[in-house]
This record gives sequence, C-alpha cells and structure tokens, in this order.
Amino acid sequence: MAFDGEPVLSGVDLMVARGEVVVLLGPSGCGKSTLLRAVAGLEQPLAGRVLWDGEDLTDMPTHQRGFGLVFQDHALFGHRDVAGNVAFGLRVAGLAAEARAHRVARSLALVGLEGFEGRRVDTLSGGEAQRVALARSLAAAPRLLMLDEPLGSLDRSLRERLTAELGVLLRRLGLAALHVTHDHDEAFALADRIAVLGAGRIDRIGTPDEVWDDPGTVHAARCLGHENLVGLDDAGRCALGRLGSGPGIVLLRSDSLSVGAPGEGVSAVVAATSRRSGRMVAHVLVGDLEVRVPVDESIHGVRVGDPVGLVMGHDAVVPLSS
Amino acid sequence: MIPFRRALAAVAVVVPAAFLGIFFLYPVGSILVRGLGADGLNRLVELPGRSSFRGVAWFTLWQAVASTVLTVAVALPGAHLLARRRFRGRSLLRAAATVPFVLPTVVVGGAFLALFERLGLNDGPLRLTRTAGAILAAHVFFNVAVVLRTVGTFWEGLDPRVVEQARVLGASPAQAFRWVTWPRLWPAVAAASSIVFLFCFTSFGVVLVLGGPTRATLETEVWRHAVFRGDLASATALALVQLAAVVAMVVVTNRLQRRRAVAQRVVRRVPPLRASGRLLAANLALLGVVLGLPIAVLVERSLTRGRSGGGWGGFTLDHYGALADRLSLLPLSALGALRNSLVFAVVAAGLAVVVGGLASVVVVHGRRTLARAFDLGMMLPLGASAVTVGFGMLIALSEAPLDFRSSRWLVPVAHALIGVPFVMRVVVPTLRGIDVRLREAAATLGATPARVRREIDLPIAARALAVGAGFSFAVSLGEFGATSFLPRHPDRLTAPLALFRLLSQPGDALRGQAMALAVVLMLVTALSVLAIEGWGRRGTVRGDL
Repeated sequence: MAFDGEPVLSGVDLMVARGEVVVLLGPSGCGKSTLLRAVAGLEQPLAGRVLWDGEDLTDMPTHQRGFGLVFQDHALFGHRDVAGNVAFGLRVAGLAAEARAHRVARSLALVGLEGFEGRRVDTLSGGEAQRVALARSLAAAPRLLMLDEPLGSLDRSLRERLTAELGVLLRRLGLAALHVTHDHDEAFALADRIAVLGAGRIDRIGTPDEVWDDPGTVHAARCLGHENLVGLDDAGRCALGRLGSGPGIVLLRSDSLSVGAPGEGVSAVVAATSRRSGRMVAHVLVGDLEVRVPVDESIHGVRVGDPVGLVMGHDAVVPLSS
Repeated sequence: MIPFRRALAAVAVVVPAAFLGIFFLYPVGSILVRGLGADGLNRLVELPGRSSFRGVAWFTLWQAVASTVLTVAVALPGAHLLARRRFRGRSLLRAAATVPFVLPTVVVGGAFLALFERLGLNDGPLRLTRTAGAILAAHVFFNVAVVLRTVGTFWEGLDPRVVEQARVLGASPAQAFRWVTWPRLWPAVAAASSIVFLFCFTSFGVVLVLGGPTRATLETEVWRHAVFRGDLASATALALVQLAAVVAMVVVTNRLQRRRAVAQRVVRRVPPLRASGRLLAANLALLGVVLGLPIAVLVERSLTRGRSGGGWGGFTLDHYGALADRLSLLPLSALGALRNSLVFAVVAAGLAVVVGGLASVVVVHGRRTLARAFDLGMMLPLGASAVTVGFGMLIALSEAPLDFRSSRWLVPVAHALIGVPFVMRVVVPTLRGIDVRLREAAATLGATPARVRREIDLPIAARALAVGAGFSFAVSLGEFGATSFLPRHPDRLTAPLALFRLLSQPGDALRGQAMALAVVLMLVTALSVLAIEGWGRRGTVRGDL
C-alpha cells in the first residue's frame, strides 16, 4: 500500500506506507500546506500526480478521495454540536442514525472526550476543539490522515501533551498519516520518517535518526534544530582547527560534544549558560566562535567564566551543502 | 473647559434633533394627524372597499416579492464568485456591479425604456414597456448590488476551510453547500432579501417611468393623488397604509438582522481558488446582460439618431448639444436643471455632514438611551420611503407655523434628510473602530487627551466624513421621489425631474435629449461614488451602505 505524489511544489516525490507517519517539516511559507491541499484535492497541481495504490487520483474530486485532513484552527462547523461535527462524514456517507451515534461515541472515546456529544463547539477549549476536529476526521475512517499543523495554535505544554497522545493514537490505529509542522520537537516525537522541506522541494528525507545525524543541507540542519553551524575558510579551517578540506559550512552535532576539564580537547571559556527543557546548555567560546554544548550536571556543573575543554566525538563534524 | 465641552455636547444633541424634528417628525406627524382625524379616518376605512386600491396594494406586494426572488437568484452565483474565486478583474467587477445601485431611479427607468425600444419590445406581442416585467427587470438591475455586497462580503468572511473540511469528509460540492455553507449563509441572504424587498416595495421612480398609468404602486398612487389630482385626503390615507407597511417591514428586518449575529470567527484570508473558465464566463455573461446591457444601450441611444424606418440613424452628438437649449416643456434648459442639481447636492452634502457628524458623535460617545434613539431616529427617513418624506413636507411645511413653500432650500434639506443615514453608516463604525491601542500608544508617548483627539480621532473621522459627504452628494443628485412632491418652481427643477418630464413625452429629439441627460447624470453620480469609494477604502474607513 503506497501513496506517492509529486504535486505543486517542484520535484517533490513522497511515499507514505500504511501504518507509517511521515512528518513534513519546514518553515512557514515553504509549501507544506500547499502540498497537503494538493493531496487532498483542494488545490489542483499544475503538473504531477497523486497516486493511491497505483490508482491516479489527480483528477478525482476531493470528496471521493477518502482522505482526512485536520486543519490548524479546527474548522469546526459552528452551527452543529460536537456530535453533529463528528458525525458529518458518516452522514454524508449515508450511515444510519444508530450506527452513526455508535461511531461518534467511539471516535470521541479515542480522543478522550467521552460524553461531549451534546456540547456546543464554541464552548470548547482550544485543546478540546482540536480533539473534536481529530475525532471528526477519524470517524470518517480515512485511508490517509493528513494533519496541517494541528497543534500550532495551542500553548507549549498542551502541545507537548497532545503530541504524545497523538503519536500513541496514530500507532494504535495503524493509519497512513502525513503530518505537517514547523516544530522539530513535534516532528521527532511523531515521525517514522521526516521530510524536510525547503524552497518548494524536499531537502532531506529519512528516519528521525538518519536526518538528525546527517541533515545534508544547511537549511535542513536549521529546521531540525541544529544550532552549531560553523563556517570554514578556503583551507577548511576555523577556530576549532581544520574541520574540512575546503570552504563551506559544517555541522557540529551537539550530541557528540561535551564539556570536559580544562586541558581536555580544545580549550574554551563558558560565556553563558541556559536551559532547554530543563537541561543545561553551555555556550562556550573558542576564540570568537560560540558553540552550544549540552552539560551533564550529574558529572559536573559549569559556571560562566569557567575555563573548560570542548570535547568532540569522532562523528561530531558533519559536512553540509548549501 | 468643562462648560465649553458641555456646550459642545448640547450642540451635538440639539442640532440633529431639531433637524430631524422639524423636517421629518413634524411632517410625518402631520400625515398621522390628518389621516387619523375624523375626516381622514373615514377615507381610510373606505379604502379596502375600493377595487382600485385593492389592485394597487396587491400589485405593490407581488411585484416586490417577485423582484426580490429574481434579484437573489441572479445575484447569488455572482456573490459566490466574488467571495470564493480568484480571477483577474475581481475588484473591478465588484465596483462595477455597485454602480447600478447608486444610479438615479429615473436614469434606470430611461435606460430600460431605451433597451426595450432597441430590442423592439416596446410594441407588439412581446411588449415589455408599461408591463410588470419591465418593473421587475429594472428592480433586479438596481438591487443585484445589494445582494452581491451584503451576501458576498459575509460569504467572504466565512472560513473557507470549514467547507474544505466538509469536502474532505466526503461531501460533494452540492452537499457541502446545503449542509455547511447554507446554514451559515442564509441569515445574510434573508437580511439582504428583506432590504431588497423594502426597496422594491417603496420603489417610486422606476415604477413611475416604466409602469405607466396602468401599473401603479402605493407609492406612485400617493404621488398621483397628491400632485396630479390635488386630492390630499386620499393621498394621506394611502400614505398611512404605506407607512404602516414600511414600519412593519422594518421591524421584521431588524429581527432578521439580529439573528444574523451567528458566532463568526474571522480568519486569515486564504487565497480563493482560481475560477474555472466556464463558471466565470457564465457568471459574467449573466451579470453583463442584466447590468451591462441597459447601460450600454442608454449610452448608445444618446449618441445616435432614432431609427425612423428601422434603420440605424447614425452617430451624432446633437443630443448633448441640445441640453443647453430651452424647451417649451421645461421652465429652463436641461443644463440649467443640472446646475440646480449640483448646487443642491453640494448644500445637501454639507448639511448631511454637519447633522450626521454630530449625530454620530452622540451615537458613539453619548449616553446609552440617547445613543440608541439617535441611531434609530436618524435612520428613519431612509427607511420611510421618499413619499413619506416628500408628501409630509408638502402638507406640513407649506402652511403656518412653518411655511417654507417659497424657499428653494427645502429641496436640499429633503435630500440631506436622506443623506444623513449614509454619513452615519460610514462615520459611526469608523469612530467605533478606532483602535483603542492607537490612543493608548499616543498617550504613553506623552500626548494629552486633547492632542490624542486631534492627532488620532480627527484625521480618521475626517476621511469618513468625506466619504459620507460623497455618498450624500450622489444620493442628492439622483433623488427623485421626495423632490417630486415639493412645490414646483423653475429655480427648483432638478435634473432627475427634468429627465422625467423629457421621458414622458414622445418624439425622437426629446428621447435623444433625455438619454443624453441620463448619461450625464449617470456619469456624475457613478464617478463621484467610485472616486469616494476608492479613496475611502484606502484609508481606515469602515462601514458600508
């Protein structure tokens, strides 16, 4: 079972297998949503095809495709209650009222909203509204579920919780899913494979580990949350020494960097510290080059001004193409 | 400081209240007193017994219903096109479709007369001149803009993703419209329909020009009795019936408008879909025929000689040249009438800006009950129809204690009454819409309250006032109904009145001259509205007609 397409954006070739969650990661305006809309049939591609299981869907109208799409701002039907929203796809399909009610209850249970059937949609909180939107798409039993930044309008802690729930749910249902986001944490939490989009094409695609270890391009490295991108001169040198054979930009993978005692590795000075998700990050200066390094405080802490040694693992340096 | 501001507040309340009281409430009161007095009541009671009255009332009602249904049917596809599709010339179409609405009623009547004559529908088995069909066609022409704008704007504000969601969930385009779009859209359609119905019910100029003596509505009957026959008692009774019907309709309309407040979330505008060629062509063809053809024929007719033997008479500018000539039919040349109209329009716009501007301040900043009263009261002349305004002035202001018969300024005053609501429709939302944060930002930057008013409120309000002035100017230029009731005098002949008289006479030269005058009137009106509209939209002016 495969779906592949190369719509609107030039040279996008993407395949989603049943039970696989593919996350499209990219900054706003890079064409992620357009890609989803083209797959859903809401936008007609100028060239390219959308295939499902070998069948060409490019000219098939949206409502016959059997895909689900969850929008960022829910797009709930304001004139219907929660049950009316969730039942919509079933009503269109001509399901009897009794079977409909059953399926609605089951879908709401899936997203943890048992008993919400009679609620008006304008009384829902942001997180609840998003769950209703998800339940509505799931109730219609789509063969492919697409999620267009579904958690983008929620605050961070709620977003993280719902991301985790969504991941569990998608795995349990075994659906083919195409998820769009600009948040790399969300991408890593959900994806079987991540496709990094830049300027209308796919920069890099692979499992989360593959793309993290070797983003390939500067753009992809930034999208994935890498911070230590280092410019090299004509001889491939920088403050850390010779890291390449010529000019360009290399990535220093923070998971292969560590802070050691003075004398270990390259000598550096701690210019600042910060915390990310509770973990300490040291901003160390080597000459005029700033490198961010995770600090394992269970071994030893650092303070601003401390002289330290910057230790690089053997696979820390990854060459990037621009 | 405080006494000065108090005085200013008093002026803001007293001037509009006095204006409305003397020139509208007192005349309407006179209609009521006369019509419900012992003598008038007898006349009123015997009205339903007259078959002529029953015929007129029935025609008034059914033509309004039919016009409304037709208008909605013609405009709804266009509203969808404007709201949901992307195509070249979209804003041009929107502006062009608005033009008919602001055209003087007599001009529209003239355009349809010309159209029927050109298509050979003024005689023979397919005669449309002096039929209900002619009136319906002109009403559709007029009111398509109302539906296009109110429904179109509302439709545009509906989140398109909700419909897309329905489509993704398996709804066909028809199902998505029925189950998702229509439940959200119908209040807007109902509101627009009720406005169109009100306009058609109280339509005057169009019916007078196209209906002839056999097709009369309540509105034209009041005029015929009052001005033509001098039978004020019958006219009063008819005007009362008309007034009661209008009040009932306004109440119903308001109910519908309130329902319209369905929870709406305005969203980031997603670029609408590209329109398919066929859809676009079909829609443009429909709107082109309904809206474009009458205007095109009107212009063509003003530039050609009539066809005596069925042939084309040839191109000429004579009709325009003849506008400066004196005719026995008119007390002064058509050009003279146009000059009168322009002067009246400027005065009326000035009056409307002063009265409407002050009333707007009261509505926005005044105490609640006062604000409500002003909001409703100043709108009355617009809803009450031209006949109520004109006929009321005719019977109330031509005798002691308020005898304005000899004053030519009664004309611009009547026009200003109708212009004030237009000013307020633009100024009130603009004043309300001034972002509080702008004021707060100015205050944190060190501006005193007076400085804030001068630097923030005034410039924004000034633009709105100018837009309102433009609309009242255009309204005054084309005003026909109320003016036709006011005492006749050469120095009060306006261009629409002159046009009406030219149209009611046969003969090729007169017809050509009428068309030329209609074209000039149309151009001045349309250009002033389009210019004002374009200018106002660029600023922060809100509100709509």
